[in-house]
Amino acid sequence: MPKQDEALFQFLLRMGDNTLVLGHRVSEWCGHSPVLEEDIALANTALDLIGQTQFWLGLAGEVEGKGRSADDLAFLRDVWDFRSILLVELPNGDFGQTLMRQFLFDAWQSIMLGRLMSSSEKRVADIAEKASKEVAYHVERSAGTVVGLGDGTEESHERMQAALQHLWPYVGEMFMSDDIDAEMVKRGIAPDPASLREEYDALVGRVLSEATLTIPDDPFAHKGGRTGKQHSEHLGHILTQMQWLQRAYPGANW
Amino acid sequence: MYAQVVESTGKSVKSPEEMSEKERAFQARIDAGEKIEPKDWMPDDYRKTLIRQIGQHAHSEVVGQLPEGNWITRAPTLERKAILLAKVQDEAGHGLYLYCAAETLGVSRDDLTEQLLSGRMKYSSIFNYPTLTWADMGAVGWLVDGAAIMNQVPLQRTSFGPYSRAMIRVCKEESFHQRQGYDIMMKMANGTPAQKAMAQDALNRLWYPSLMMFGPSDKNSVHSAQSMAWKIKIDSNDGLRQRFVDQTVPQAEYLGLTIPDDNLRLDEETGHYEFSQPDWSEFNDVLRGNGPCNTERLNARNKAWNDGAWVRDGLMAHAAKKAAAKIAAE
Repeated sequence: MPKQDEALFQFLLRMGDNTLVLGHRVSEWCGHSPVLEEDIALANTALDLIGQTQFWLGLAGEVEGKGRSADDLAFLRDVWDFRSILLVELPNGDFGQTLMRQFLFDAWQSIMLGRLMSSSEKRVADIAEKASKEVAYHVERSAGTVVGLGDGTEESHERMQAALQHLWPYVGEMFMSDDIDAEMVKRGIAPDPASLREEYDALVGRVLSEATLTIPDDPFAHKGGRTGKQHSEHLGHILTQMQWLQRAYPGANW
Repeated sequence: MYAQVVESTGKSVKSPEEMSEKERAFQARIDAGEKIEPKDWMPDDYRKTLIRQIGQHAHSEVVGQLPEGNWITRAPTLERKAILLAKVQDEAGHGLYLYCAAETLGVSRDDLTEQLLSGRMKYSSIFNYPTLTWADMGAVGWLVDGAAIMNQVPLQRTSFGPYSRAMIRVCKEESFHQRQGYDIMMKMANGTPAQKAMAQDALNRLWYPSLMMFGPSDKNSVHSAQSMAWKIKIDSNDGLRQRFVDQTVPQAEYLGLTIPDDNLRLDEETGHYEFSQPDWSEFNDVLRGNGPCNTERLNARNKAWNDGAWVRDGLMAHAAKKAAAKIAAE
């Protein structure tokens, strides 16, 4: 694969693996949420994320040019070939932690997709345009829930603050740049991740302040997911479930 | 169906002479095919029976998320995962419409939920069976949703307006569910030997539990007659079961799968299949809480409700703060 296609392939895996792994996590809630409306909303969010995965990984397979489908990429790669950020791999925790994670991701994704809509690569812009409609709703909902629970009862406030404390060190990874990003910027395909930070901080700051929650001071950020250098231990367990049928019955048609 | 053993009044149908004038007028409206709306006068027993029936149906949709939710994270392709998510989301939505329909009768959703969690109200026995392989996702769609449709299509004509309208919406989605289930079965039945074995195993396990979904034989049901007079129940349990078998046997043959019943035989004269009854003592065990998954299902629902208490309280407290701030600003 030419070097520039390799970079685009890696970029698409980053987009698709995030939605795949987060979609998996959110779908774990099915039937177990605090109230029926949330069961519906969580299933709907997971459904959107899996739908977006089909587009991103489908295009990744096309760019790679080796005949791999979105399913091949989702179900037949091992941990080290995944490019998901650590944030989406983390276990769900309680409902508050799940919704805080969702908000921290939705805020980034909504800004990222907004930029990608003017990508020089039309296929990327088309996916971004479609996904951005769904994500606009996701961020509205997750932000609303974070505010409601942050500024709810004493208990809900404490739980949301604890969730933010736990998740904040995983936010920074979304804004780290490397050679792949430089190549994407050079070709006008995608923005430099670092360039999204200001808008992100403004959006997240506004919502968390309305939620009466305090952003931790420590700027430390875990990393290793989007580069694939060092994923969390959790990812391997996700894959044992997600890929089980495809691995146990190779070549079967489902 | 999703309301198998709704105990109605326990009495036989009232004759016109036994009815009060109001009851006679009420029955006359039902006989004329009119819909009863929430604000209309209705006999207490009509109201109570409907609350139990719609409530059981709603609970079944909610608990029914669990056996299918069990396979979402293991769905074999992205498309299958998306379809299953959409389906389970639909089930939760059906639960929501049905709780709303029940609420028009003067009971709250929290009240009904509390009765489900304490085991005082039931949900369909079928959801107390485990889903063990991916083929079960096919069999549940094909057989369980198929059986549900068989019962719910006539209920679109039920006498209570909100229930009837909910059923019309629900049925549209259920027929999509059944088709996706059959589609999974087709893929499995025409797949590798292992897939075909999985499909046959799913049919073997779920066939009789599906027949149980229609409830006990009418001969043993003292409750049916009044419900039928009120058009809360449209067809007899045995009649629906027969229709289900007649429809499903050729579908199984098309798949190349064998219905696990040595007595299955087409009666050329009547055009109906003769078939073995499910083990009704097993059915009674399941209803009494001794099905394979009763404990897990109820524990899962209780855990979800209890773990979610702080979320519901938090969101309510926030809504109250917002409302108070709005009043203060005015």
